[in-house]
Formats: sequence, C-alpha cells, structure tokens
Amino acid sequence: MIRITFFLCLIGLLAAPNAKAASSNYPLEDAEVDLGDKASLYRGAQTFMDSCASCHGAKMMRFGRIGDDLGLSEEQLAALMPDEFTKPGDVITTNMPAEYAQEAFGIVPPDLTLTARVNGGDWLYTYLTTFYADPDTAWGVNNAVFPDVGMPHVLAAEQGLLQPVYETEGEGEDAKRRLVGLESPERPGALSEEEFEQKMRDLTAFMVYMSEPAALLRAHYGPYVLAFLFIFTLVMYLLKKEYWRDIKH
Amino acid sequence: MADSPSNPARRRFLTGAATAVGAVGVGFAAVPFLSSFQPSAKAEAAGAPVDVNIGKLSPGQMTTVAWRGKPVYVVNRTERMLESLPEMDDRLRDPNSEVVTQQPEFAANPYRARKEHERYLVIVGLCTHLGCAPTYRPEVAPADLGDDWQGGFFCPCHGSKFDISGRVYKGVPAPTNLEVPQYVYVTDEIIRVGGSEEDVA
Amino acid sequence: MIKSLGKWVDDRLPVSHFWNAHLAKYYVPHNFNFWYYFGSLLLVVFVLQIVTGIWLTMSYKPSADDAFASVEYIMRDVEWGWLLRYLHSTGASFFFIAVYLHIFRGMMYGSYKKPRELIWIFGVLILLVLMAEAFMGYLLPWGQMSYWGAQVIISLFSSVPVIGPDLALWIRGDYVVSDATLNRFFALHVIALPLVLLFLIGGHIMALHEVGSNNPDGVDIKENKDDTGKPVDGIPFHPYYTVKDLFGLGVFMFIFAAVLFYWPDGGGLFLEHPNFTPADPLKTPEHIAPVWYFAPHYAILRAVPDKFLGVVAMTVAILILFVLPWIDRNRTRSIRYRSTAFKVNLFAFAAAFIGLGYLGTQPPTTLGTLASQLLSAVYFGFFVAVYFISRRERTQPVPERLQ
Repeated sequence: MIRITFFLCLIGLLAAPNAKAASSNYPLEDAEVDLGDKASLYRGAQTFMDSCASCHGAKMMRFGRIGDDLGLSEEQLAALMPDEFTKPGDVITTNMPAEYAQEAFGIVPPDLTLTARVNGGDWLYTYLTTFYADPDTAWGVNNAVFPDVGMPHVLAAEQGLLQPVYETEGEGEDAKRRLVGLESPERPGALSEEEFEQKMRDLTAFMVYMSEPAALLRAHYGPYVLAFLFIFTLVMYLLKKEYWRDIKH
Repeated sequence: MADSPSNPARRRFLTGAATAVGAVGVGFAAVPFLSSFQPSAKAEAAGAPVDVNIGKLSPGQMTTVAWRGKPVYVVNRTERMLESLPEMDDRLRDPNSEVVTQQPEFAANPYRARKEHERYLVIVGLCTHLGCAPTYRPEVAPADLGDDWQGGFFCPCHGSKFDISGRVYKGVPAPTNLEVPQYVYVTDEIIRVGGSEEDVA
Repeated sequence: MIKSLGKWVDDRLPVSHFWNAHLAKYYVPHNFNFWYYFGSLLLVVFVLQIVTGIWLTMSYKPSADDAFASVEYIMRDVEWGWLLRYLHSTGASFFFIAVYLHIFRGMMYGSYKKPRELIWIFGVLILLVLMAEAFMGYLLPWGQMSYWGAQVIISLFSSVPVIGPDLALWIRGDYVVSDATLNRFFALHVIALPLVLLFLIGGHIMALHEVGSNNPDGVDIKENKDDTGKPVDGIPFHPYYTVKDLFGLGVFMFIFAAVLFYWPDGGGLFLEHPNFTPADPLKTPEHIAPVWYFAPHYAILRAVPDKFLGVVAMTVAILILFVLPWIDRNRTRSIRYRSTAFKVNLFAFAAAFIGLGYLGTQPPTTLGTLASQLLSAVYFGFFVAVYFISRRERTQPVPERLQ
C-alpha cells in the first residue's frame, strides 16, 4: 500500500505541469497538430515559405529532409524552394540582410526552426490567430499572447484585422485595461474564418514538425522497440520462473 | 538449496530462447551506433553534385573543381592529344579500362569520357597509389618525363604516370587508372559532377 | 581447444576466481524484493550513459559558438543521432530516478548500518559526483536554461565568506559563464568525473561483496551457515539473480523506451523547453527552474531567506546523509521490525523530498516559499527525529532466519 502511494506521488510529480514562460494569461487554443497528416504538413510548408521565409530563416532545416519526410515528389519539393539554384541539401535561409532587418524592425527576425519546441504548438497557433488592431504600437497591431510583438500582421489581408475587447480594472490613475476577447474584423479578409484557421493549423503543424523532425522517426520505430522489449521481458520472466523453481522456502 | 532442475529440457529451451532474444536485442541496439558513423546529412549536402561551366575552357586547358572535398580535373583536350591515345596501349597497364571500379560504364573507352563529348576529360585528381594530387603535364617530351611522353598526369609523390585519359602506365607504383566520377552534361557547356542521367531527364 | 585456451588464460588472470567470488559463488539472501532491482539497473544505466556519451562526443563541439548548433546537428543530420541524444538525456533522468529509489531502499531496510557504513559512504559520494556530472552535462547544449542554470548555481559559490567571489570566478574562468566555462565543463563531464564515478562504483561494489548484501528482513544470513559454510538462506547470485535482474531490466527498458519514444522531453522536465533557444548572456528566461532531479535541493535553497545560509542548507541536505549510519542508533535494520514512529518519520521524509521536488520546479510564490520552508523542516527534522527515536525505540523481534 505504502509502495503504491509512493509511486502515485512520483507519477504525480512527473506529470505536474511544468511552469512555462508565459508572457500573458490569454487562454491558448488547441492547435490539433497531427504529424501523420502529410498533406497538412505540406500545405503548412508552402505557407511557411510564402509568408514567413521572406523575413525568417530556419537554418537547421534542410529542404531534402522535408521532401523525404513528407514523401514529396521532385516537383512538389521544387515548388517549396525559393529559386532554381537551391539544392535539396540546402537549409531554409532568408534573403533579408540582418542589417536591413535591424533597421526596419528594430530587431533581427528570429530563426524559426525551433520556435515550436520552445513555446509549444498551442501557443504558436494562438499567436498566429490573435493579432489585433492596436493603434498605440508601431505596426498598428498587437498580439494576445505576445504583448507588444515586434512583428507586423503579415496575414492581415487574409484574416482581416481583429478588433480587441478590453475590460478596465482599477480606477483613476491605476486603471489598467486588460484584453478579454477579440471580435471579427470590420472588413473581412480574403479568407473565411474557417479557411484562415485551417491555414494556421497547417502552418503550426509544419513548424511543430520542423522543430523536431525526429518525432516522425520516434513514432515509426516506437512500436517495434516496445514490442521487442515486451517479448524480451516475457522470455526473461519465464526464464526467471524456471530457475527459481529451485528455490524452496 | 540449488537442486538439479526438475525439467532440464525446459530449462535448456528457455536459456536458449533468452540467449537468442538477447543476441537479437544487442544486434538491433548496435545498428544506431554503427549507422551514426555514416556521412551525416550535412556531409551529404556538402557532397552534392557540382556544376562546372566548360564554355570558357580553351583547348589544352585544365580546370579544377572540388567535389566531396576531392579535386576533380576537367580538361579540354586538343586534337593532337586525342590522336595520341590509340598509340599508348602497349605502354599502359589497363588500356581498355577493364577495372570497373575506376569509371562509370559510359567512360569505359579510350577517351574515358562520354561519347558525345569525347574532348572533355573529367577525372578525380587523386593518384590511385596513395592519394596525392597528380600534376597536369600537357607538353610533349619534356626533359624530365622522357621523349615518348605524349602529355598526361604525373604524380610528384612517387612518380606514377598517367596518359591524357588518366590511364596508368606500366611499371609505376599506382595500380589502376585514375577514377572517372559520375557526371552528366546539363547543357553542352555545363557538366554536373556527381550528377546522374536522372538529373537532366 | 577452447577449454585449454580458457585454462591458459585462467592460470594467468583470475577470471574464474572473479566469476565465482562475485557471481557464481557469491551468496545473497533469497528474499530480495522489488526495491533490490535498482542496483544492477544503475550499473546498466551507467554503461548506457558512458557509451551514448562517447558517441555524442563524436559530433558535439564544445565551444560557445558551435555547441548549440552541434546538438541540433546531432538531432537532425547525424544518422540516428536523435536516438543517441535522447538515450543520453532521458537516460540522465532515469539515472536519478533509479538512484533516488536505490537510496530510499537503503534507508528503509537499514542498509547503511554496521557493517555496511562504508558502502553507504561510497554511495553518497557517488550521488555527489553524479550531481556534479549532471550539472556540468546540462551546460553543454548551451541553451538558455543551460546558460542561466549554470550562472545561478555557480553564483552560489560566491556566497561563501571571504573567498566566495574569487571562487566563482575561478570555477567559471571568466567574469560570466562563457566559452572557457563550457570547455572545462566538457572536459570534466566527459572524462574526469566519469572516471571518478567508475572508481567510486568499484569501491561501492567491492565493499558490498566483502560484507554481503542486506535484505528486506535485515537478517544477517552469514549467521546461519550449513556444514559446507554456505549461508542457509543464501543463494548464488548467478544464475538466480542474473535471470531475475534480466527480467527487471526488461521492465525498466520497456518503461524507458516508452518515455524515450513518446515523451522524450518529459513534458519539459527532462529537457526544458527554453533550452531550445541558444544561450543569450543578455537575456534571462522568465522562469529559471533546475532539472527535476535538482529541484528538491533548489527548493531548500529558496526556502532560506539568507543567501549564504540557503547554500549551507542545500549543501547540508546532501552531506547529512554521510552521518546517517551514526545518527540512527538502533541496531534493528529493516523497517519491517521498527517502530511506527520511525515508519512515519521515514515516509514523511520521502513525501517532503517529493514535495520539495515539485516546489523547486515552480516559480517562487509566497505560499510556495512557506510550503518549502515547512517541507525543508520535515526533511531536516527526519534526521533529528531519527536520532531521538532510535535511542529508545520499541522494535519488534527480528527473526533468526529470513521470512
């Protein structure tokens, strides 16, 4: 009994949600990432190359790896590459010079290879879908999970510009407004809400894949390894039982 | 306490089964460790095919490119050089390029080049003796190489001689002809070293 | 042919002597339970860490400029590199899980008591070196947590009176954690400390085999020998415990593989999420938490409001284990025959350790600090209580033979 309690404690300890660096309390939405859905990952890769890669690099990701992992044809892979000189062994780089970026944005856009691994898919998905109008910032937009974000809303034309709903807390000079929700844009974007959300889910899925391509390998080999270890354990159990027949007490 | 087993056959069988399963496990476990010695994706990317533009290579001239870290010589041979090739046979160890490891099938001819572009020689510039880079000696009968030298490659390390198709002479330390790498013509002026026919299909 | 070659070798090298002394004719109690698997498992995990470590060293680059990228290179470009890396990083966590359970076993069954004090001391030394080994290894990926974790822990040394600041500077070899620190930690992590561990583990096992294994009853099986001089309640380690430990290894590897293939970062406990950002000496992550296996000690550190005393408390929390054999003055070994007071005390200790572990991973809050202080009191209270309880403890009679 004591033993069981002890293990429950141990499991509880391991399962305890690890406090993650969260810069806002805005609730995260489930990104519903499915790494088995190769079509979704490919659509995400296209969005990444079209919309993200002009400013951000992903310098640890090779095109050829994407092609192999997602089972792409040569044409499909070529469609992802920025130009005809790009080789499959090349990594995703951006053409934007760092000095220019520093001047234009005040910050060099970070490399995105591992972003999903740092923040998690749900955060990323929520981030991508919660840009909203805020005239007080340099770009006229803010973000629900990344306050004072230094990036413009690149996909505003597709999503439209969401409008914030604030609640005021405190009174007088101490009054602070707090973001409590987002409303539909005044002028709708080129995509419907569902279309845009699907596009962001695909993009998130791709970035989750990119942050750890080995996840596909883990999923592939895992069952075999566990099956083998199960058989190993079973045989050893029988062997142990056989030898321990000698021990009488 | 330890008696003899009540059922020796069962014990033998289980011991055998456990040994077998254990051996299989060790075998599987060894795979990742041994495979990790293979060239990594980064090394493979660095070893990707290299394009060479031969448009500006005048007759008799040679250019060198690095492919997989190895020097690859590309020579635009003159008519005289090509004419000298058939006369060399009795001085060479493997005039007909019979050692299959030293060239792709398409280069197993006196030119050791693609038939439709026989002027251009593409070879790996590493001596088959101990891996020095042979020097390109296009001149005829220089003082140090003798009167019957028709142009070719000379290895300064141990004196191995090769003709202008990279075929090895008899009586020198190098055992085989210089290696012709896999290559393909993307256009008439661009050679892709390491590229295969599929690249241009 | 093979037999005569075997004899030739055996005449010149004590192979069969070693085999008999430590396996085939090493007699151990027949009543080992679940808790006795962890010794041999730890040996396997140690070998696993050494081997995967050697392989990682083949692709890792110990410099501030290249370290982070070289780890991702292993994860992506090296064939099977991801598996080698996860085996090593998840293996580190399983090392500590097994070590903590192994220590708790020793505390439950009184394995630290006469005549096994030296085994226990070797054990605590192994724990200390293992902690240093893990701490230095954690700097190597050169991520944000690696960097700032090292910064914080090394700064602890600066609280030592008089020599503190110079000591921290000496450890870092620079004014902040830097390339020099990374390079020396690499050297210590891959060769120096593993060698020390190897010798300590050798000493631990030699001392064990000299006096013989304890057991869940705490009965000394050497007291009862038959005519041939073999303990009546003993069985040869080989084949009986080799096959039993192989079964235990199977179960352990199954759980280990399940975690490795489906939960390799342990939800941020085995590989912390911010550590996938390269080290940035100008920007601290919002919340720094140590890896879970240091969390209990970290919680004790934070529970004390004074910097230096906090460090002292944390250090003493580990060092006090050395004197446990002399604090506990009761001669009854196993918890099975000890008083309720002792049982309650021990399980309160274990619960406090786990609780501190939880608190150590959380951001500091007023309530959390209060809880940490309470649990730290329970942690240290265990040793005080043992001292007094054990003096006049009403134990049950220990049987002559194993039950």
